[in-house]
Amino acid sequence: MPAATRVRWAVIAVTSVALAATGCSSSKSSGSGGGSGGGVVKAWWGDPQNPLEPANTNEVNGGAVENMIFAGLVQYDPKTSAASNANADSITSSDQQNWTVKLKPGWKFSDGTTVTAKSYVDAWNYGALSTNKQVNASFFQYIQGFNDVAPATGSPTAQTMSGLKVVDDNTFTVALTQKFSTWPQTLGYTAYYPLPATFFSDHAGYLDKPVGNGPYKIQSYTRSQQMQLVPNPDYSGTNKPKNGGINLVVYTDPNAAYSDLQSGALDIDNTLSTTALKTLANGPSGGRFLNTPAGIIQTVSFPLYQSNWSTDKAKLVRQGISMAIDRPTIVKTIFTNTRTPATDWTSPVLGASGGFKDGLCGDLCTYNPTKAKQLIEQGGGIPGGQLTISYNADGGHKDWVDATCNSINQALGNNKACVGNPIGTFADFRNQVAGKKMTGAFRTGWQMDYPLIQDFLQPVYTTDGSSNDSHYSNPQFDAQVNKANAEPDQATSVSAFQDAEKMLVTDVPAIPLWYQNGTVAWSSRVNNVMLDPFSVPVYTEVTVS
Amino acid sequence: MGRYVLRRLLQMIPVFIGTTFLIFVMVHALGDPVNALFGDRAPDPAVAAQIRAQYNLNDPLWLQYLKYMGKLFQWDFGTTFSGQTVTSQLASAYPVTLRLTAVAFVIEVVFGIGLGLLSGLRRGRVADNSVLILTLVVISIPTFVTGYVLQYLVGVKWGILPATVGFDVTFKSLILPGLVLASVSLAYVARLTRTTVAENSKADYVRTAVAKGLPRRRVVINHLLRNSLIPVVTFLGTDLGALMGGALVTERIFNIHGVGYTLYQGIVRQSTNTVVGFVTILVIVFLLANLLVDLLYAVLDPRIRYA
Repeated sequence: MPAATRVRWAVIAVTSVALAATGCSSSKSSGSGGGSGGGVVKAWWGDPQNPLEPANTNEVNGGAVENMIFAGLVQYDPKTSAASNANADSITSSDQQNWTVKLKPGWKFSDGTTVTAKSYVDAWNYGALSTNKQVNASFFQYIQGFNDVAPATGSPTAQTMSGLKVVDDNTFTVALTQKFSTWPQTLGYTAYYPLPATFFSDHAGYLDKPVGNGPYKIQSYTRSQQMQLVPNPDYSGTNKPKNGGINLVVYTDPNAAYSDLQSGALDIDNTLSTTALKTLANGPSGGRFLNTPAGIIQTVSFPLYQSNWSTDKAKLVRQGISMAIDRPTIVKTIFTNTRTPATDWTSPVLGASGGFKDGLCGDLCTYNPTKAKQLIEQGGGIPGGQLTISYNADGGHKDWVDATCNSINQALGNNKACVGNPIGTFADFRNQVAGKKMTGAFRTGWQMDYPLIQDFLQPVYTTDGSSNDSHYSNPQFDAQVNKANAEPDQATSVSAFQDAEKMLVTDVPAIPLWYQNGTVAWSSRVNNVMLDPFSVPVYTEVTVS
Repeated sequence: MGRYVLRRLLQMIPVFIGTTFLIFVMVHALGDPVNALFGDRAPDPAVAAQIRAQYNLNDPLWLQYLKYMGKLFQWDFGTTFSGQTVTSQLASAYPVTLRLTAVAFVIEVVFGIGLGLLSGLRRGRVADNSVLILTLVVISIPTFVTGYVLQYLVGVKWGILPATVGFDVTFKSLILPGLVLASVSLAYVARLTRTTVAENSKADYVRTAVAKGLPRRRVVINHLLRNSLIPVVTFLGTDLGALMGGALVTERIFNIHGVGYTLYQGIVRQSTNTVVGFVTILVIVFLLANLLVDLLYAVLDPRIRYA
């Protein structure tokens, strides 16, 4: 029966292909199994968006790694956010504009080479040069010569910034374009890390296995899957790891990570889904859950470049809208208390000495439906008759936008006063914001780069600020920010910034909504888990029991 | 037969060009990806211009497509924004999905046809009714519900199987996602088999085979089942492609770094190279699976011949 054999052949072929395909999987199972023993911590991770270069890392996943493998000039205290010298011995200036940086000698990269002044100067020049396409290039804009290496149009006319000069192995000088008294405290940001010589000589090889001078070094890295980090024996700083290493595991979905945390296959999970948060907030987490403020503020901005939003009367409308939002209720019901209602334009992680001022926003941020209605009517009603709040639909913003609109509608007694306007992707949303195409309100958020009040005000609200999405422009505000930057004394500088911030109360380019918290849950294997002000776990402090 | 295969292969060329172009256009319709790279910060104009130049984003769309296809034929799929080559993404994602698909496919074939045969032969009895109810339940529950429930019960609560797959893809860890991925198709296969088996069991040739005194096993397997498998094979063939491309939900639930997940991330990050590269391979898989199904018809039914 030839036909019958043909059938059998077909069936055998299909199953054997299937078996061969599955069979090869079992051979790989006996891998390193780094999760067990040796005090190694398995931690949640997401795939970094950009290559792992310090000046090219502006999101939390890449940032987590950069902070583990690098030590910068200064570092931030995970609890108080205070900046202290790390690799820098001193950063001094007599005029708040020309700075001399002295390094602690003898620090080493994990490949054995020494960290010198040249490591910093070369790294910064690389980061600023526009042909290197580093997303953090704008962080070097305060250094003299930035416009030559990154002109707005055309090719760079210089390869290095004129403001950077190496004096000797452990000293370099930086000339800024303006007075900037708190500049040393910004230098803990990822973009300012030094780079070893191999970065420039073997760039592709470096990206496969980055080398730094930080508490950890990379042992193995499989892109978009996992990274194994072990303590760096050459590290000279104060944050020596208290565990045997960190295994960063990339997860496809927050729920998958939470399942692994529950079944004991994961130790640290700092991307918790709403469902997981509800369980953790109410249920028995064994105290292994933390919900703590992070340096992130969420706001709603207005398109002040549109004529109907820029009038003096529209100011009243914006004030009214802010008072129509019932922040405490939304925070409780939508966010299960993982946000805190905002009362200023900064963040509680700065602390009072760093510039956070509880209640600076005053009545503007307090729910008052009658006054809200009155102010909006006084201002001639909402421009265009209806308020739209635009947001990117891929970011989980729908719930709170709808709740916010609902609150405004109830205050105004008109259920068509405010509607959410979803925009498909984050990229499209950002294109429309950057292209000044907004006609109504839109969501904005600001995650600090370094814990300074300057970072919450200057990039976001000064006339040419790099993130001034509402295109707010107030010469008095700009002047006040410059004055604050020129002030050598920390306390006076902070209060000068707060004076600038007070102008936002009447002008309302953006409505403060709430401060975002960082959340983390951990397994019973590990102890001493905390989050830094950037909502990244302090990996070096984690101990394994 | 040879000419038929050749003709089918030639037909794939326009389909291939058409689909890749459509995907290319669709990903571009999402807008400029460069702004998203800078997060909530306005991009530095100099850097943004350099990135646009690197990815040919300033060219008209048709030129971008031609440049892309030109590179594709040199086996250069381009790179993602994170600097990873798409070829290396393909090399890491496809084997994983292939294993998952294989596990799911075996489950689907063995249990689907097995249950279908059982209930087709015992029409109206308890076995038949339980299979019908069971498959109805499976079809009506969405995959992500089955996925999360099974993951919680089997993986977290009872700890029988790993809750997720992760980096070391072991056979054991693929059983659960394989079952979830196969479940809905399995139900369809069972129902399809049941109907055709029930229909054909009254056919003349079956009666003849029984009258000839052939053993029951032989009647069922060689005569009844073989003739009943044609619609099932059609379904399985198209399903093979769907399993590979449509494992998105299952892959996310069980942390499998396969095709579905990589594709999803490519779309979210608007990495045209990733999306078009992966879809290109998926299109080829679909086309080949369909060709294979058509060829299998001839094997199953001698009356079908391809000139």
